[in-house]
Amino acid sequence: MQLIKPDININFVGMRYKAFMLSGAIILFGLLTLFMRGGLKMGVDFAGGTLIQVKFSKATSPDDIRNALQGIVSHAVVQQIGSKNDNEYLVRTDAIHEELGSLSNQIEGELNKAYGPGQQVLRVEMVGPKVGHDLRQKALYAIFYALLLIAIYISGRFEFKWTSSLIMGGVLIVGIYLLEAIGLSAVYLIGGAIVVTLALCWFLQLPYALGALLSLVHDILITVGIFALVNKEFSLEVFAALLTLSGYSLNDTIIVYDRIRENRNKDKKIKFSDMINGAINQTLSRTVLTSMTVFFVILCLFLFGGTVIHDFSFAMLIGVVTGSYSSVFVASPILIAYEDLKKKKRTQPAAKRAAAQDTSAQPAPKRVAAQDTGTQPARTPKKSKKQSAGQADTGKKVRG
Amino acid sequence: MTAILPDKIHLGLDLQGGIHLVLEVEANEAVENAAETYVEQIKDALRAKKVGFTKVAKTGKWDIEVILPASEQLNDFNDSIKGDFPWLKPATTETTPDGTRVLLTLDQKKINDLETMAVGQALETIRNRIDQFGVSEPDIRPEAGDRILVELPGIKDPQEAINLIGKTAVLEFKLVAQNVTDQEMRDNKLPPGVKVYPMRPSDRNTSETKVALEDKTVLTGQYITDAKVGIGGRSFGEAHISLNFDPQGAKMFDRLTSENVGRKLAIVLDGVVYSDPVIKERIPNGTAVIEGSYTDEEAKVLAIALRTGRLPARVIILEQRTVGPALGADSIKSGILASAFGGLGIILFMMVYYKFSGVIADLALAMNILLILALMALISATLTLPGIAGIALTIGIAVDANVLIYERIREELRLGKTPRAAIDTGYQRATITIMDANVTSAIAALVLYGFGTGPVRGFAVTLFFGLAANMFTAIFVTRIIFDYLLTERRVKELSI
Repeated sequence: MQLIKPDININFVGMRYKAFMLSGAIILFGLLTLFMRGGLKMGVDFAGGTLIQVKFSKATSPDDIRNALQGIVSHAVVQQIGSKNDNEYLVRTDAIHEELGSLSNQIEGELNKAYGPGQQVLRVEMVGPKVGHDLRQKALYAIFYALLLIAIYISGRFEFKWTSSLIMGGVLIVGIYLLEAIGLSAVYLIGGAIVVTLALCWFLQLPYALGALLSLVHDILITVGIFALVNKEFSLEVFAALLTLSGYSLNDTIIVYDRIRENRNKDKKIKFSDMINGAINQTLSRTVLTSMTVFFVILCLFLFGGTVIHDFSFAMLIGVVTGSYSSVFVASPILIAYEDLKKKKRTQPAAKRAAAQDTSAQPAPKRVAAQDTGTQPARTPKKSKKQSAGQADTGKKVRG
Repeated sequence: MTAILPDKIHLGLDLQGGIHLVLEVEANEAVENAAETYVEQIKDALRAKKVGFTKVAKTGKWDIEVILPASEQLNDFNDSIKGDFPWLKPATTETTPDGTRVLLTLDQKKINDLETMAVGQALETIRNRIDQFGVSEPDIRPEAGDRILVELPGIKDPQEAINLIGKTAVLEFKLVAQNVTDQEMRDNKLPPGVKVYPMRPSDRNTSETKVALEDKTVLTGQYITDAKVGIGGRSFGEAHISLNFDPQGAKMFDRLTSENVGRKLAIVLDGVVYSDPVIKERIPNGTAVIEGSYTDEEAKVLAIALRTGRLPARVIILEQRTVGPALGADSIKSGILASAFGGLGIILFMMVYYKFSGVIADLALAMNILLILALMALISATLTLPGIAGIALTIGIAVDANVLIYERIREELRLGKTPRAAIDTGYQRATITIMDANVTSAIAALVLYGFGTGPVRGFAVTLFFGLAANMFTAIFVTRIIFDYLLTERRVKELSI
């Protein structure tokens, strides 16, 4: 069986500007919604508050529940979960009772008073403001460290630049540690750190890490944006999904990058963007199939997994789709954009010397090919030998 | 459904029900309490050394203000403090119209010691209480700051356990004030040294009453050696708690009862009067009974709290997660159901799409899941609901590896290679990709493990093990099967 024909050749690279616009529009829309709603709807884990899951012995309505609880909790948000006959409700309030044991006792008491005995409190989650604040902080750091470590790994593996990527990581971690000591707000700190990381990837000439990071940020922004759009709660589980995504959504990117890495040593005459488009097409069946299997499993979790992991699987579903999309339309085109900009920089002085020469078609690929090994040796000649040896090695494997 | 899971794997709180609590010990309070005892000790020491004083009292958070009638005594006073209370430092000494005023402050090291001790003591007390309450496999451990983590899996009555943990259990005996009318209590016109305390309703239907007590505590619970639940006695059929005092406490109780025959003695627990019996006669043998209207459970909790001693300071809840056993069972059922659906779908897909090679991949998948469970049992990791989701996710990711390999093999076959060569190249090339892809996911899982608590950690663990097992089963195990087919069985055509 074959879902995608082996000789498929879609001009993905040609669609990249349209794709950039689409991504940009979705992200912008998500951010706008986020802004208009005044931030994400944080769950009790991050915002602090109390969440109670109750199973009633008979049918009731949110208003009745609110009335029954009026005496102890004001502003309760009541939401039915599961199927209609389950009579299960989530009650959520900002109220926090630090005294041990009072709240859920009281709630059960009030409910039994209103509905008669036998109302079951299935779950109580109370998170104090201190813990909520700590968790928010930790979550931001976790996202950043995950992105940073992944970026280091990618540039190490794909460009053999372990030294510069490790230096980049070290500088960032120390910098963050110092700034944290000053007491800078974590949101700005981490936001700034991600921007700095992207800038460093650019200046240290780590285009693969740049592409991977940008597509990760892209996936995370879209997932968060959709959560804001459908006004779902951002809970600890959703955060876990987001972090998992940052690892998994890269799978497809790596499949494509791996093929690019393989192809760039194979045929040096082919145009860079064509080579990339070829790599995307050659790996398309893999990208689609692997995403499909994972998507299917998560869909099962989403449909049958129960209320507790519902939001988790929802976030994962979005992430798997955007992950595949971004590997084709974000991560790979970034490499082309990077090459184009580099080329422009280099061809400008060259153009002045040899004004009449045609810059676009033939000479460019040679420069590109030369650049792979040509940019670094000036600084670290010893390493470049090792690198080219390593590349030759992989080249052999391909041929063999 | 639970029968599928091997016994060796611990189920998380979210699956078997239970309580997860993060408590914070208000260690400041312990320091304040200590300062108050120092006040009494200083008074005793000064009396013993015959140094006169007008006032010794706690002021501010834990400073102690001392006023001496004349400055001549200052040297004696300072010597006494230096000798007996080296951790108290005279911060300021000034002459006021009332006499010489000395402000003593606690040195920082002592404060830290007291706080650490308070947390340690609270931890010990809570541990004792939980042990006596009877919970299998409780997890009680200190966390950063003044925090204590308490996890009680599989507990049937979460509420009683929480009540027990939180009972400060400060037991005090106070004399009921004489000649205070109800009118005076309502108008709050009380004689000096008298305070109004709430009284525990004698039975469920009456509303709360109040009683005026002399504020001075005549005896505390620190001398209690044992507290037992008894049934019967004067109030027939109702539980009461009998207390035994140590010799010192017995002596104090003896004196107290003999000096106050005919007066009412209030038994105050955590600021609430439980009973105020009349002292009929002198009680020399060091036993006392707290009566009241308790359910058996309440009496049990109370007795444990009294027996294990008071908490050094108040304990507040920072985080509480209680999952009822019913929800836990539901979660297991739906979690396994969803994973089974997902798994079956994937297995069928692989068979249809890759034919016999798909079956090989399915074998590897089954082995992968077994390996995850085995690894978890080996390090006695905890399986949580997100953990089950992690296993499901692993199912998806595990076949990804085989998809990558098989797609590559198909590609090589199309180039006209022999099965042998196609398999060689396919594995060789795909292995690098699979490793890179798995490493980035593993990085995420590790960071998640470092970040997370409880359920989320469970997810990180299964995901990480799944990825590790995947490297072995999808790449190594399937390869061995292919090699066997090609060399031993001399298969000429690949079913892929």
